[in-house]
Amino acid sequence: MNSFFLFSIIFWIAAWTINIFIAQSNLAKTKMVLPPILFGVSLLLIWEASISAFDVSPVILPAPSLVFIKLVSSVSILWVDFVQTFVKGALSGYIFGCSAAFGVALLVDRFKFLERGLLPIGNFMAALPIIGTAPILVRWFGFDWESKSAVVTVMVFFPMLINTIQGLQMSDKIHRDLMQTYNATSFQTLIKLRLAAAMPFIFNGLKICSTLALIGAIVAEFFGSPIKGIGFRISTEVGRFALDMVWAEITIAAITGSLFYGGIVLLEKVVTFWHPSQRGRS
Amino acid sequence: MNNAFLPVLTISTFIVLIWYSFSIVLNSSWALDKAERNDQKLSFSELVHDTWSQKKPKLPTPHQVGYEMWKTIFDKKVTSKRSLVYHGWITLSATLAGFMLGTLLGILLALAIVHDKATNLSVMPWIITSQTIPILALAPMIIVVLSSIGFTGLLPKAVISMYLSFFPIVVGMVKGLRSPDLLEIDQMKTWSASQFQILIKLRLPKSIPFLFTSLKLGMAASLVGAIVGELPSGAIAGLGARMLSGSYYGQTIQIWSALFTAAILAASLVGLISIIQAFVFKRMMIVR
Repeated sequence: MNSFFLFSIIFWIAAWTINIFIAQSNLAKTKMVLPPILFGVSLLLIWEASISAFDVSPVILPAPSLVFIKLVSSVSILWVDFVQTFVKGALSGYIFGCSAAFGVALLVDRFKFLERGLLPIGNFMAALPIIGTAPILVRWFGFDWESKSAVVTVMVFFPMLINTIQGLQMSDKIHRDLMQTYNATSFQTLIKLRLAAAMPFIFNGLKICSTLALIGAIVAEFFGSPIKGIGFRISTEVGRFALDMVWAEITIAAITGSLFYGGIVLLEKVVTFWHPSQRGRS
Repeated sequence: MNNAFLPVLTISTFIVLIWYSFSIVLNSSWALDKAERNDQKLSFSELVHDTWSQKKPKLPTPHQVGYEMWKTIFDKKVTSKRSLVYHGWITLSATLAGFMLGTLLGILLALAIVHDKATNLSVMPWIITSQTIPILALAPMIIVVLSSIGFTGLLPKAVISMYLSFFPIVVGMVKGLRSPDLLEIDQMKTWSASQFQILIKLRLPKSIPFLFTSLKLGMAASLVGAIVGELPSGAIAGLGARMLSGSYYGQTIQIWSALFTAAILAASLVGLISIIQAFVFKRMMIVR
């Protein structure tokens, strides 16, 4: 036990005490922000201190400071990997898959028969390990980003489809009747009432799919990729026991994933400002 | 459910038809190449026959996959390395171990979050953030690191499964444990019930419907975790390893049959939870 380790423990206890204090106070703004930050910082400190205190080999778990140094010193490689995996693979597949599912949902919505058949099948497909199609799609579309994009498209399609179909069923009967008394065409009803009512569900689908997209693109790279990409880098650097690089890639993936998710949450707040879950939380 | 039978059947038939026609389209270039090299002309029916019975097709037909599955599930001995029962069991045991751990961890975290304000404020945001991290990217590292300190086989895969399955459980259980309204909790307090009694007699029973929904999501997630956990381990055993070795050697039929076995496994595990759910709901007289 060295003094740094002792300090980290004391810091953790102090942070926790402050958190308890904040939890009982009524500082609405600080309540949301400070406790998670304190918790995160104390976790990082304990991690750093335990590595040096217990003499953990960097082959098993590198210290956060080492990871940070690696992250800063290899920005160019990380940027290439980020573009390959996220922009080319995940984002293109995400946009393509979600818009395809949205289109199919609108189409299916016109025919009750199709809807009744597709909903159980879609629910079933969404629970399947779709990730297993990765080796097949990599064979079909080659090693470059096209195959990653295809895997992501297939992965996000069904969750998006069910959410959109369910959302389109959400409008109240009384609202639809009102639209009818306005002599609205079914297209007008769709645009002005039912799509608006479906928005919370559509955004729920978009949020679920945002994490799936990144996972799909990374895992597809395990089945073959050109010599760049987050998944490629992770699997090769693990083989060389260069764990600081692996953690740097993971940090990038985590930040990307969180920002992607956060961006959609922000968009949701703008689009569905009228919804009860968004109101009264300013 | 009954009025869904006909539409589901129609769409399934439609999917199978599309599948067969796609396997003609995708496999035809290989068949035409072969015919050209032998200076043959293929009639349409010959072409169709060839595309539906290739050894390494781009897209195998449903009956080829079905035959392969029948062969490797029922005809092979269970202990054989080629038996899908053998590989399925390895994946299943990792899935179940990870699912149990994930459920346990999820419920414990939910209990702490509901009962302690500080935990709620400081840990809950990190739990949500943890799922925006593509955990599956960590899979190779978890496996290599755990094996370097002496854990191999089941445990690393179970850890990955656990990480994927605990999240739906935490979110569902926090919602469930908080679902009793103020009136009910006040009622318990007038009976001078302790926090523990409120938990056992009010919160836990009320959270059961939420628990089952989460269990189904968690089960599907832990199967995905177990399969992905098998990928970097060098493709020795398990459904994920079957897929990887199939992809190395171009055995497409093998990939598809492993994929379908995984699908059947997922469906039956989720179905099993539904049956237990129906039984428990009946005993607890929960009406949906």
